[in-house]
Amino acid sequence: MGTHLPSTEFDGTAVDDQREADAEAVMGEPAAQMVQLLGPDGKLGTDPVFSAYADKLTQEDLRGLYADMAAIRRFDVEATALQRQGQLALWVPLTGQEAAQIGSGRASQPQDYIFPTYREHGVALTRNVDLAELLRQFRGVSNGGWNPKDTNFHLYTLVLAAQTLHAVGYAMGIQRDQKLAAASDAAGRQPDAAVIAYFGDGASSEGDVHESMVFASSYKAPVVFFCQNNHWAISVPTNVQTRVPLSNRAKGYGFPGIRVDGNDVIAVHAVTEWALEHARQGNGPVLIEAFTYRVGAHTTADDPTKYRPSTEEDAWRAKDPLTRLEKYLRGQDLADDDFFAKVKADGDELAAYVRRTAHDLENPDIRQAFANVYAQAHPLVAEELAWFEEYSAGFAGGEESAGQAAKAGH
Amino acid sequence: MTTMTIAKAINEGLRATLAANPKSLLMGEDIGPLGGVYRVTDGLIGEFGPDRVVDTPLAESGIIGTAIGLALRGYSPVCEIQFDGFVFPGFNQITTQLAKMHARSHGNLTVPVVIRIPYGGGIGSVEHHSESPEALFAHTAGLRIITPSNPHDAYWMIQQAVECQDPVIIFEPKRRYWLKGDVDVQTPGPSEDPFKAHVLREGTDATVVAYGPLVPVALAAANAAAEDGRSVEVIDLRSISPIDFDTVTASVQKTGRLIVAHEAPTFGGIGGEIAARISERAFHSLEAPVIRVGGFHMPYPVAKVEEDYLPDIDRILEALDRALSY
Repeated sequence: MGTHLPSTEFDGTAVDDQREADAEAVMGEPAAQMVQLLGPDGKLGTDPVFSAYADKLTQEDLRGLYADMAAIRRFDVEATALQRQGQLALWVPLTGQEAAQIGSGRASQPQDYIFPTYREHGVALTRNVDLAELLRQFRGVSNGGWNPKDTNFHLYTLVLAAQTLHAVGYAMGIQRDQKLAAASDAAGRQPDAAVIAYFGDGASSEGDVHESMVFASSYKAPVVFFCQNNHWAISVPTNVQTRVPLSNRAKGYGFPGIRVDGNDVIAVHAVTEWALEHARQGNGPVLIEAFTYRVGAHTTADDPTKYRPSTEEDAWRAKDPLTRLEKYLRGQDLADDDFFAKVKADGDELAAYVRRTAHDLENPDIRQAFANVYAQAHPLVAEELAWFEEYSAGFAGGEESAGQAAKAGH
Repeated sequence: MTTMTIAKAINEGLRATLAANPKSLLMGEDIGPLGGVYRVTDGLIGEFGPDRVVDTPLAESGIIGTAIGLALRGYSPVCEIQFDGFVFPGFNQITTQLAKMHARSHGNLTVPVVIRIPYGGGIGSVEHHSESPEALFAHTAGLRIITPSNPHDAYWMIQQAVECQDPVIIFEPKRRYWLKGDVDVQTPGPSEDPFKAHVLREGTDATVVAYGPLVPVALAAANAAAEDGRSVEVIDLRSISPIDFDTVTASVQKTGRLIVAHEAPTFGGIGGEIAARISERAFHSLEAPVIRVGGFHMPYPVAKVEEDYLPDIDRILEALDRALSY
């Protein structure tokens, strides 16, 4: 109720009205300092820090970024169709977020380790995860689907924000590996690595995000927090998750926070490359907030028309990440009709491959589930498996023996 | 053979682990210069440094979650949760992430994280400092749960937990931290398998199964019963998940009567699981229903009445009388 502590409590740190005024200003701060290089008009701007990173992108790199974004959008359309046809239990569409994912994923190095949430299909593409394998989880034949050790791309995590802590712990492991290598044999050193932790604006409200940032900052862990602010946590808008730009939160933890135009693949790539270098060089974590938009539903189970106006979607479609890069590539004569026709054909081929392979994904045997509960032998699992085998075998000899087997169970 | 307390035995076990395994490390609030609130990690930061004995921020989910990440990178973290009732902010990471990582990765990933939780009452403390939440974790597949009752087990079980490729929770009976006993630091002997129960006392009239803090109580009850001419077998369960039902079953087939004693509330507890399994495995050997002795269905009560809450010798003897009356 406006009660102030005695001023003696604040000797040398008098209440700072200016700080309060600044805080108020921050509350209403728009994305004033958002990094953008490639505008919706297809024109490339400049930035005192990040243009140098953009300049490193070759013509081939730029065309590759476009091809990746087009491929993953085509994949998204195909997966949505598969869900509608009953081939997938659920789909989590990414359309609208291609630049945030392809730009950041392509900025990572093979030795970096990625902890995705459950929408990072574009990042998966950049890490060479087989997209048909990625559908295993959504088809209900696996809770994972790929071996993270093959690609340094971790399994999807469905419990919001849990993986941000795993990312920080993994980064703490990298720090220790570097010390162990330095102590033993400098010649055997691996290249410096960093970790990217993906999460969304909704997950930013979870306590684990806070704890992960405290740990990362305290230990200067080489981790890049990559928040895709796609504006909607299922049906709840971002302003219910936060009253300040999410990137501002980094200040409170004591590391850099950057808001980047998440629909600008060149800026996302540049900012992520800078952040990963910052982390790999031992300077600690960085938070990147990719300001983007989920054009479709959260998943195929919800209906955006019930919670947001279509005019909002239309406004964001005008900032489409693919359209603006296409404008730039054409405007600079970096790509022609043949290139875009080839991209489209490749996308259709990918979609056909995914559809074919998804259909052919074999249902697992529940014995695999028994086998993987524990790494080491476990008597309860062995006992229940033995019962299951006996019970199952009973059906082979007709109903009567099945009943006997069930009775003979423990 | 040397004599030490349970707290010292865990300390020595951790020291041996840190010395033997360069990828093992300890994590927890106050475990550094303070040596933990129970001094279990006393002196270790001085020997192994702050990268191996990590004083963490005060955040249980953070401790468990980052330990999972370290394990994914090839490390063997041992996390300390200061008190039983403080594990719940980390419950999500333990049950939804740690327990399931191996299964959901089709066995490609292992997360050999150890979580040490001082548990149980009898120390006259305030709320959230005296609970026994082991059943909540035992219900989750993917975790292993052990609890030592003596210094020798404490010394070896902590090391065996770190070597185990599965996540292991060690519930440490905090009111027994100062219990002294012999420790053979050369060889674990019969304690080689931490997931196997031990028959501590042979008997023919009834079996009492206990674990952790109640093992000395069960032994004392058996001694008291012996004065009345009753021969009681006492089993230290040691492992709560998995449970060594073979040892319990064999005992019940001999004695015909079973009493299970633990501090945790009886409803939904480990005792119920043991009663049900033994009913299935040894129904025809049972001369009486399996009787549970445990805490009541209430939040752990205030310290001034905890003696009425905690199972003691008389409560076990009362259960024994009931079992023998059938």
